[in-house]
Amino acid sequence: MSVATETAAPAPAKPARNRSRLEHRPGLNRWLPYALLAPAVLLELFIHIIPMLVGIWMSFVKLTKFFIANWSAAPSAGLGNYKVALDFNNAVGEGLLKSFGVTVVFSLVTVAFSWVLGMAAAVALQPEFRGRGLVRTLFLVPYALPAYAGILTWNFMLQRDTGAVNHVLEQLHLSDGGTFWLIGSNALISLITVAGWKLWTFAFLTLMAGMQSIPRDLYEAASVDGAGNIRQWRNITLPSLRPVNLVLVLVLFLWTFSDFNTPYVLFGTAQPPAGDLITFHIYNASFLTWNFGTGAAMSVLLLIFLMIVTGAYLLITGRRSRRA
Amino acid sequence: MRLRSLVAAVAATALGISLAACGGGDSDDASGGGSGGDQTLTYWASNQGTSLDNDKEVLTPVLQKFTQDTGIKVNLEVIGWNDLQTRIQTAITSGQAPDVVNIGNTWAASLQATDAFLPFDGDAMTAIGGKDKFVPTALATGGKEGTDPTSVPLYGLAYGLYYNKAMFAAAGLQPPKTWEEMVSAAQKLTNPAKKQWGMALAAGSYTENVHFAFINAAQNKADWFNGDGKPTFTGDGNVQGVLRYLDLMQKDKVANPSNAQYDNGTKSVNDFATKKVAMVINQNNADSSIVANGMKAGEYGVVPFPAPAGGEQVASHVAGINLSVFKNTKHKDAALKFVKYMTDAQTQTTLGKPFSSLPVLKDAKPVFTTDAAEAATFQDVYNTKSKPLPLVPAEDQFESTVGKAMNAMFAKIATGGTVTADDVKAALKTAEDQVAASS
Repeated sequence: MSVATETAAPAPAKPARNRSRLEHRPGLNRWLPYALLAPAVLLELFIHIIPMLVGIWMSFVKLTKFFIANWSAAPSAGLGNYKVALDFNNAVGEGLLKSFGVTVVFSLVTVAFSWVLGMAAAVALQPEFRGRGLVRTLFLVPYALPAYAGILTWNFMLQRDTGAVNHVLEQLHLSDGGTFWLIGSNALISLITVAGWKLWTFAFLTLMAGMQSIPRDLYEAASVDGAGNIRQWRNITLPSLRPVNLVLVLVLFLWTFSDFNTPYVLFGTAQPPAGDLITFHIYNASFLTWNFGTGAAMSVLLLIFLMIVTGAYLLITGRRSRRA
Repeated sequence: MRLRSLVAAVAATALGISLAACGGGDSDDASGGGSGGDQTLTYWASNQGTSLDNDKEVLTPVLQKFTQDTGIKVNLEVIGWNDLQTRIQTAITSGQAPDVVNIGNTWAASLQATDAFLPFDGDAMTAIGGKDKFVPTALATGGKEGTDPTSVPLYGLAYGLYYNKAMFAAAGLQPPKTWEEMVSAAQKLTNPAKKQWGMALAAGSYTENVHFAFINAAQNKADWFNGDGKPTFTGDGNVQGVLRYLDLMQKDKVANPSNAQYDNGTKSVNDFATKKVAMVINQNNADSSIVANGMKAGEYGVVPFPAPAGGEQVASHVAGINLSVFKNTKHKDAALKFVKYMTDAQTQTTLGKPFSSLPVLKDAKPVFTTDAAEAATFQDVYNTKSKPLPLVPAEDQFESTVGKAMNAMFAKIATGGTVTADDVKAALKTAEDQVAASS
């Protein structure tokens, strides 16, 4: 089975014909890479770096409604905003901590749910059969649908009196049809379902693409050796998909952890405490109370947390790769 | 190594997205400040009619007449309530503001604190026709007490208790004059087995909930802020007022628990209009929705939202829409002319009916309904039985913290939990701490 871990195919050597022509024009040769990079660098600067720096600056000033008209005059808050956000005995800090807990649970369950579903679907569609293209297209619908329309449809289906979910459960005699899905503690279940529904297609798509590059003869050889489907999946599919999975799980986690659209569209202004995800919490903390300094401090804390998680993840998985 | 740099790049992008999503607002500056010499005002109107398009249809001829009279063009944009506050925040922050804007009058003191709006001082007030033309309680909502207001009333609204005349007659009931009569009438008209309820509440709307927290506390003579502008949410009158309103669903059981999901007033009004409930407490602009859902004007009556026996006769907050001028406008005189035009008697009469609003002028008659008794009730509530929401800069925080606390308590009741006076007090204490921490 040692063949199975062999993954990275050597990149084909690039044809050298064009390069030699460029080498005759040293000016162009020197500037071309920069010119090609410039738009990306500029966009990155204006879309990511500068707003991020502004956000960090905001977290150190008292940017309340008294100063937003003339925000350059906002007085420095030092670490005040961070102290408020991290004082867990205080209402604001306590709220942030609760929201953080909800978000951790939400992210872990949603990522697991999406990954399992995506993997199951990708494996199911691995062998060729009639209508495979059709099923694949069908599976991509949640991804192709505009997020707003999809989540709003869920909102209708999850209504207590008029929603399809309660109606179906009642017809199947699984409940009395009076369950609240969007308020109270069920809100978290609804949120995970909707976010997972939106996300699993991405996992499916990525894993399916990854599976295309696993050579078929590996499976044939394994069959000859007498390995069953589960064994083949564990010893061929999973190890071959390792690099894909590393990226996929991290991206899924970062996306769900900072998901804003799902709670915003699903709950509107009436979000229940059980569905109080952190980005939405921060939005409320800054936009509803016009206190952008505290909101920015919370954002920076979120950034630091995600950076630590990402760094630790890379360190651990990187060490394992080297050992393998 | 290649894998790691790929992962790192993807991670960095995802992180960037997350921060951008939390960072500053979107810079949507479709309508900038205008360009000097030409006399074109940009006006952001709030959604008062049945839809944004309906507002546009109603306002366009009114604005055309203004252009004919003065030669000043008006560039109109109607903005929905979900976006209006964010749009105003963005306008203040970026300086890319319209000249004139509608605001919810409860935001007046908070917006005044931003220093982005033109104070209606002596000269400006004279230019729009003098302060004496307005109903005094309405003008009082224009800003903090003892300062020059930064907004003037445009459309007046007030709460009333709508009741279904046929249901009351069939049960031999009189329209209630006290809270106790209201509850007992509602109990008689409640029959959950037939999906019939005494009342509908917008119990999932934090803005509606906070209004009732305010009104019920006011009936108990309790205030939400002291003279220094510090929150006083946990007083006995506040706690009991909030609990009294929650008990409509909890103890009195006259409202469908599903109401905890009603995140705007339209849903409860629709229940009333389709005769699923006997009573609803709503502002007078409910009329257009009720009629649109098939109920005729004579089929319902309106009385003031009653206080408990011996309580203070407060039936509403001074609700409505105010008009503000941005301080950095390049067309100050034209903007003031426009404010004068929008608040003159003739325009008020023209807009009163389509927007179901009460006149904000002292001597004007309501035109939003043909039912004289209803008109008189609302005018009486607006002029004599209503109290402005706290006129302090932290008013917006009061709305969001207390309103959301009430959402959560209604949700707890609806899903089978119990909310005691101590629970209410604890929830209001949290809200108070939140307001105190950020002011």
